Amino acid sequence: MSDFDELYQEIILDHYRRPRGAARLDEVPEGEIHENPTCGDSLKLKVEYGPDGRIARVLHESRGCAISVASASMLTGAVAGLVPAEALSLAGEVEAALRGQGDDPRGFLEGNGELAALAGVAAFPARVKCASLAWRALESALAPPPGTDRGS
Amino acid sequence: MSAPIPRGAPETPSRPDDRPPLDPAVLRGEFPLLAANPDFAYLDSAATTQKPGAVLDALDRFYRESNANVHRGLYPLAEKATAAYEGARGEVAHFLGALAREVVWTRGTTESINLVAQSWGRASLGPGDAVLLTGMEHHAGLVPWQILAAERGFELRFLPFDARGELELERLEALFEDGRVRLVGVVHGSNVLGTINPVERIAAFAHERGALVLVDAAQTVPHRRVDVRSLGADFLAFSGHKAYGPTGIGVLWAREALLETMPPWQGGGDMILSVRLEKSTWNELPYKFEAGTPDIAGAVGLAAALRWLDSLGRDRIAEAERSLTAYAVGRLAAVEGLRLLGEPDERGPLAAFDLEGVHPHDVAQFLGKEGLAVRSGHHCAQPVHRELGLAASARASFAVHTTRDEIDRLAEALVRCRRYFS
Repeated sequence: MSDFDELYQEIILDHYRRPRGAARLDEVPEGEIHENPTCGDSLKLKVEYGPDGRIARVLHESRGCAISVASASMLTGAVAGLVPAEALSLAGEVEAALRGQGDDPRGFLEGNGELAALAGVAAFPARVKCASLAWRALESALAPPPGTDRGS
Repeated sequence: MSAPIPRGAPETPSRPDDRPPLDPAVLRGEFPLLAANPDFAYLDSAATTQKPGAVLDALDRFYRESNANVHRGLYPLAEKATAAYEGARGEVAHFLGALAREVVWTRGTTESINLVAQSWGRASLGPGDAVLLTGMEHHAGLVPWQILAAERGFELRFLPFDARGELELERLEALFEDGRVRLVGVVHGSNVLGTINPVERIAAFAHERGALVLVDAAQTVPHRRVDVRSLGADFLAFSGHKAYGPTGIGVLWAREALLETMPPWQGGGDMILSVRLEKSTWNELPYKFEAGTPDIAGAVGLAAALRWLDSLGRDRIAEAERSLTAYAVGRLAAVEGLRLLGEPDERGPLAAFDLEGVHPHDVAQFLGKEGLAVRSGHHCAQPVHRELGLAASARASFAVHTTRDEIDRLAEALVRCRRYFS
């Protein structure tokens, strides 16, 4: 498989064409809109919690390339059911793996279900920002404002 | 002390160039990188050009045969380096129809515009003044003025462009009405819309109302005749690397009388006449604006690039690229789902576009695997994209070596690209 074909695997294209968790998010505050400085793409993300404090679902409004939309779409599946601390830790690990950092970045992604499809991104440094955008937005959405308790 | 500066030769009356049209396929052979990669189509010359052998040789020869610091040593090698460096300045002046002492070396267009803002602007602008920019400026034409406006308290105004990508000149009257506009900053060739702006008309209008005109000629110097006097510019900036020269060297041209009144903007060696511990006096033009050891080889390389352009003939280049661009516009417009950004009357050799349903990053990545290099993103012109309702676009830009065959490959790949992502 060429680098290009690995980058645009069928699963990436499928998430791009039918993004999971895509929604219109008009009520997200201005400061929560994440931009990719290389292209001006933007992504808004909203986390909804269940009564048990776990992440019930993640919604996102993405204006971006196949890689950034697919990454946001896969994120919604990967973090559903996690407590915020687990999701934060996963986001940190995914971002590091996308940058090719850590002991075995490819192995880490391949051991995380559909996220395996993002393993091809590391070969294209210019696209790491695209794939990371949703995960950075998630981190910002999960970082609780001071003095609040989200019950994790 | 500085060596005497050669004066730019007076503009020779241009005779029609009756040589046969340029053949891009032959010119490709003059670019070592392209010659070594026959199937690679480089369609990103508006970002930076590939370098012809003539420029690479000049750089190499300078370091091998003439390298020394300039304006300092009295030994023959230092004199040779200074002569090469100042000779390059004279060639730039000749190329622009200017005087050598009006040519200031910078790192590129961006630094040239920052120099005007930080020197002329800081000394001249304050509350009650206005700087008029266009809605299609590159970030380099916007941000230096935003920074200074925040500090000095003057107003920024904008001349918008219409749906075709033409500046709305009929609005000039109203923008100048209160007499506050002191400077107009205008891009000669838009790096997104392709528009060649009527700088002569804008300059005449501004001068009648006492305003100066700064021209960003980064996208036009490599492609057409740019004569500072006939444009009516007061300041003109361009980059070496977009004109087949090396990176890291560029030019600010300004009218001598203006440069005389402007304070230095960076302090250091070469820009001073004498230095006491507490106070210094400034060197003559243009050295007042050139602190520190300059990019000597870069200047020599840039002069080689301009000489190479002149040897091809600037009118022949303009003609060949006009015909190639018209062909490209026709081919691209026929691709289903493709929308060209801008339909200006006169277009420089580039075409930015939106491909329905495919993000520009994905377009560029797809084309890249097919050996076609195009730019994707906002091209350092976010306001232009915002005006068009886009975050980004893909852009194909052309040069003397671009062939119709490469345009055909581009158009065919775009059809496949749309199919792939939909």
